Amino acid sequence: MRGRFLSAAVVLGSAVATAAVAAEGQATKAGLPQLDPSTFAPQLIWLAITFAALYFLMSRVALPRVAEVLETRADHINDDLRRAEEARTEAEAVMQAYEKALVDARNKARAEAVQATDFAKQAAEERERAAGATLAQEASEADARITQAKSEALGRVRSVAAEVAAAAAKRLGGFDVDAGKAQAAVDATFGGRA
Amino acid sequence: MAGPLEQFEVKPLLPITVGTTDASFTNASLFMALAVALVTIFVVGGMRGRALIPGRWQAMTELAYEFVAGMVRDNVGSKGRQYFPFVFSLFMFVLFGNLLGMIPYSFTFTSHIIVTFALAAVVFVLVTAVALARHGLHFFSYFFPSGAPVATAPLIIPIEILSYLSRPVSLSIRLFANMMAGHTMLKVFAIFTVAMGVFGVLPLAVNVALIGFEILVAILQAYVFTILTCLYLHDAIHLH
Repeated sequence: MRGRFLSAAVVLGSAVATAAVAAEGQATKAGLPQLDPSTFAPQLIWLAITFAALYFLMSRVALPRVAEVLETRADHINDDLRRAEEARTEAEAVMQAYEKALVDARNKARAEAVQATDFAKQAAEERERAAGATLAQEASEADARITQAKSEALGRVRSVAAEVAAAAAKRLGGFDVDAGKAQAAVDATFGGRA
Repeated sequence: MAGPLEQFEVKPLLPITVGTTDASFTNASLFMALAVALVTIFVVGGMRGRALIPGRWQAMTELAYEFVAGMVRDNVGSKGRQYFPFVFSLFMFVLFGNLLGMIPYSFTFTSHIIVTFALAAVVFVLVTAVALARHGLHFFSYFFPSGAPVATAPLIIPIEILSYLSRPVSLSIRLFANMMAGHTMLKVFAIFTVAMGVFGVLPLAVNVALIGFEILVAILQAYVFTILTCLYLHDAIHLH
């Protein structure tokens, strides 16, 4: 399409030019060398040949090479830009993951600290409770021992008092008092007090 | 001494006749072929390394490519991509033709109206063909802007047609006249330099400045030729 246009244009253009300038050239004889009609034909023929050759060389050989290099460069630059963008996105993702990991670690550490504190508190409470129980048991045992010792001591006081009363009656009254009677008399004196 | 216009004479180097037509390989043909060879070497040679990070030569080639590609993109639009090889060839051909002409004793093929007119005619025919292929008969609405009152049609339509038809004329004459005037002026001052003996340093100094100016004109006119081609292509693709 384009090639046909161009060759048609060259042929038509040359024809138009020859006709137009030939008419003018005949009027002025041997003035300007540019208006010498005898030079028109070789000039037009060689112009057509050289310009057609140039057009062919440029459109088929030379310009595609330039276009290729420019396209390759543009692609390369776009590719680099795309890769840079990708790297940036990736870096951002890594940064976000890092921050998330940091936050997670902090939360976990806090939770573990709370757990450890709870555990320690619980252990301490248990130990305290165990110690309290032991103490209470020991105290009640001691109480029992004291009560027993006291009643034993009181029992001994009564028999001693009965013996003392019997001995005092013998010495003062000169009569023997039965040990059982003396004991009963002491118990009646003490009453329910001990 | 050679006159200021002698530099524009076309001299056959290798006489060739096809049928009755003179197809001689002339000095003009030589510089056209040279321009094609140099452009090809410039682009293909610059890209031979296909380096990711371009060297100096490759950077120049890429600069030329990006320059023309940007021109097509900005002035024609995204639909102009398929015409990029043509616009690039046109720009490089005119640019190298103009710059090769700055070498002393060389020949400037862009200083010949027949060459610039043929190039402009190629552009004109291509642009019209593109417009007709894209829009069919709707293309003719180009000659009457949609907003204008119908009563103005008898005035506007001839003006639009005339301005459309004068495009190849103005395009070719602009390039041809610029190149021819510049080179003639350089030669005139060069003749003064030789003729004035010791005082020839004055026209020589003028010529030094003129050469710098002419190099600017050589690049600028190649750019103007190309950007106008882009604008015409834009009109052809989008109409108004």
